[in-house]
Amino acid sequence: MTLAPESLGRSSRPSRRQRLFRSMLDALRNPLLAVGGFLVLIQLVAVLFVGHILPFGPNTMDYNALLGAPGASHLLGTDELGRDILSRLVDGARLSLSVGLGSVAMAALIGVPLGLVAGYLGGAFDAIFMRLIDSIIALPPLVLALTIAAVLGTGLVNTTIAIAIVAIPAFTRLVRGQVLSLKTNDYVLAAESLGAPTWLILFRHILPNAINPVIVQASLAIGFAIITESSLSFIGLGAQPPQSTWGSMVQVGFQYLELQPFYALAPATMIFLAVLGFNMLGEGLRQQFDPASRGIK
Amino acid sequence: MSDAVSPDVPTLEVVDLVKTFPLSSGFLSRVTGGVHAVDGISFAVGRGETLGIVGESGCGKSTAGRTTLKLLEPTSGQIRLLGRDITRLSRAQIRPIRREMQMIFQDPFSSLNPRMTAGQLVGEPLGIHHLARGAERIDRIEALFKQVGLRPEQMDDQPQQFSGGQRQRIAIARALSVKPSLIICDEPVSALDVSIQAQVVNLMMDLQDQYQLSYVFIAHDIAIVEQISHRIAVMYLGRIVEMAETKTLIGEPLHPYTEALLAAVPKPKPGMGRRRKALGGDIPSPINPPPGCHFHTRCPIAVARCRVERPALRTVASGRQAACHLR
Repeated sequence: MTLAPESLGRSSRPSRRQRLFRSMLDALRNPLLAVGGFLVLIQLVAVLFVGHILPFGPNTMDYNALLGAPGASHLLGTDELGRDILSRLVDGARLSLSVGLGSVAMAALIGVPLGLVAGYLGGAFDAIFMRLIDSIIALPPLVLALTIAAVLGTGLVNTTIAIAIVAIPAFTRLVRGQVLSLKTNDYVLAAESLGAPTWLILFRHILPNAINPVIVQASLAIGFAIITESSLSFIGLGAQPPQSTWGSMVQVGFQYLELQPFYALAPATMIFLAVLGFNMLGEGLRQQFDPASRGIK
Repeated sequence: MSDAVSPDVPTLEVVDLVKTFPLSSGFLSRVTGGVHAVDGISFAVGRGETLGIVGESGCGKSTAGRTTLKLLEPTSGQIRLLGRDITRLSRAQIRPIRREMQMIFQDPFSSLNPRMTAGQLVGEPLGIHHLARGAERIDRIEALFKQVGLRPEQMDDQPQQFSGGQRQRIAIARALSVKPSLIICDEPVSALDVSIQAQVVNLMMDLQDQYQLSYVFIAHDIAIVEQISHRIAVMYLGRIVEMAETKTLIGEPLHPYTEALLAAVPKPKPGMGRRRKALGGDIPSPINPPPGCHFHTRCPIAVARCRVERPALRTVASGRQAACHLR
């Protein structure tokens, strides 16, 4: 006699790897996810590989070709110091993406645990702490980033910190909301009844179930971070010469708009595509994680 | 811990347990009243014994179970586990003791973390209480899987891949992993198909015989409770109204509420067995419970005295208690 007839007869269920593959295929059918992912992938490839195969370094000057027009040797022309714009664009992508990814990683690393603790503990800590977070949200993000960057001083590291501080509240609020709904689940109570310490409940039982919206938020926040960094660099607070990010290239190139339109337009286009890519990726991921928002299934 | 306890100390003793949830209202959240979810209940569960707790939804039986496990802070009363008073222990102090008392939840679809595999779920308590690691833990998990009727190959599957009955088996294996003395089962089978209910109940009874487990088995279905329990306590609006050996309670119920519960059980053949007494009305609000006997608003035999005086839970015969002025 079998003790558990219902445990028998496991039909040909797909293995984990097969399921992962299937969900990736499914994801590619989502146009937002496919296009967004493609745009982001191109930038990463450009940063990681293309820089090495370009004939000119980003800071190599050619005094014979100042503000040169696009041609065979300089595909996008040269700037006012005879530097290859394409090389500088790729190098700018490295810096822009570093600031974008770095600031968002920093914001998530600080904001997510704070949201976990605030949501789980509740009470006075939650009430006081969340009002502090609200006060950050109350200020316009660009103005706040500008102020913090101005206080900290110029340079990309300080820019990264300034953007991270501005991006923290979104993560904290998001995770806190998730925790509030997840912590009423029986499995959280079950973990507590097993004698699990609070950190284990937070990081093993609550965080993995709250992570999907965090990933979406991170992708959207990278878009915001890139545009904020560009804005700060445009007004001269971010990258300092000879470093150049897309924002500072637009700033300088703006002065030569009539002589060499690609100088400003190329980095501006890159900012546009990068932000578009990350936003589409984020929105696509949101739809993928939450099929109800696509109106199917 | 369990080795040091003499056999005559009950696994669990609960004395005058009260759990009130404060009700607050207004801008400054002033406490304006309370929900008397558990209103002074006492019971004991011996080694290898099952105490069934039955009652309608909202009678406080789940709260009683959770408060007993200190998942909710008791308002007053005393809880003794294996002779040790755990009533006022802090969350941190009670963690190591939780090894002795486990819980099985009603809904196996929400009580298992969907992000963990079945093996991780069953092995988690072993890690929390530092009982086994590495290969030894895998061996223990395999043994537990076999014990509850799951195949060890299913260890890497996620809870979503199991049926309700199988999930409840995972929950049982999980509770069993730390070799507890007491398992509080909060409606463990009411979310399952009837055919699966019997299998799970049988499994629980087998495990009890094997490990001398003590169960507190909470359910609203007196037929299931009858099957597994040695003794049954009937709860109504936060109080125990009758408690007796299963046979006695089912055979000759004393309290009119117990009679009504029994009358509600469907009979195999129409017209046979117990006299029908359908109970009208709803369970009154525990925020403002009726005075006197809580049951008088629905009781078919209530008299004037029942509306004023609260009946005490009297010992009627040996091992048999009832709270009714008239019986």
